Amino acid sequence: MIETFFFYAFALMTLGGAVLTITRKSAIHSAIWLIVSLAGVAGLYLLQQAEFLFVVQIMLYVGGIMLLFLFVIMLVNLDDAAKERQFNKQWWLGLACSAVVALEVFYFIRKGAASFQLAQPAPAAPAAEGNIQQLADVLFSQYLLPFEIASILLLVAVIGSVVMAKKRA
Amino acid sequence: MFHPITTVHYLMLSAALLAIGTIGVLARRNIVIILMSIELILNAVNINLVAFSHYFHQVNGQIFAIFVITVAVAEAAVGLGILIALFRNKETVLADKINLLKW
Repeated sequence: MIETFFFYAFALMTLGGAVLTITRKSAIHSAIWLIVSLAGVAGLYLLQQAEFLFVVQIMLYVGGIMLLFLFVIMLVNLDDAAKERQFNKQWWLGLACSAVVALEVFYFIRKGAASFQLAQPAPAAPAAEGNIQQLADVLFSQYLLPFEIASILLLVAVIGSVVMAKKRA
Repeated sequence: MFHPITTVHYLMLSAALLAIGTIGVLARRNIVIILMSIELILNAVNINLVAFSHYFHQVNGQIFAIFVITVAVAEAAVGLGILIALFRNKETVLADKINLLKW
C-alpha cells in the first residue's frame, strides 16, 4: 500500500523532472530539474532495497555530476543560446521516432510480462546480510578485475578532461 | 489504484525515461542539455538493472549499475571538458552550428 504510493511519487518525480529537464529554456533550470529527476531515481533504488546505490546516486549524481554541470554552465556563456530557438529543425522527427520506440517497448513488456512471470510482485527477500555487505562480497571477489579497470578509466577521464579544458600553450 | 508494484512497473518507467532522454538528445540544440539527456538515458538503464537485480535476488545487477555510474561520471567529465574547449574555439554551444565536417 505505502510502497505503491511511494513508487508513484518517485515515478512522478523522475518523469516530471525529466520532461522539464529537456524542455526548459535556461540550462540552470534544466540542471535543477535534472537534480529532481535523479533524486526520484535514488528513491526508486531505495524502494528496491538497493541502499548502497541510493547513497551512490545521491553522492555521485546529485553531489558530483550536477556540481560539474553547474560549474560548466557558469564557465560557458549560455545567455546567447537561451535567446535562440531551443529545438532543432528535426525535433518532430526525433519526437516521433522516440514515441514509436517507446510504444513498441511498452507493447512488448506488456505482452511478455505473462510469459516471463514478471508480473507478480517480486518474492520476499531471504533474510541475509545487508545490501552493502553482499555488494562488497561480490564486487571484490567476482568483479575485482572490472573494478580495477574502472579505476584506470576514471584516471584516464580525469587526465583527459584536464587536457581538453586547459588553455592551449 | 492499489495494485502491488511489480517489476513490470519499473520496466515501463525505465522505458519512459529512456524515451524522454532520447527525445532530449535528438531534439535539443544546446549541448549542455544534450549531455544531461545522456545522463537520463543512463539512469533509465540503471533502473532496469536494479529492478532485475531485485527480482532475481542477485546483486550482480547492482554491481553492473555501479559500473554504469562510473562510466557516466567519466563521460560527463570528458564531455564537459570537450564542451569548454569547443566554446573557447567556436563561441557557441548550439549543436547544429558546429557543422565543420558537414557536407
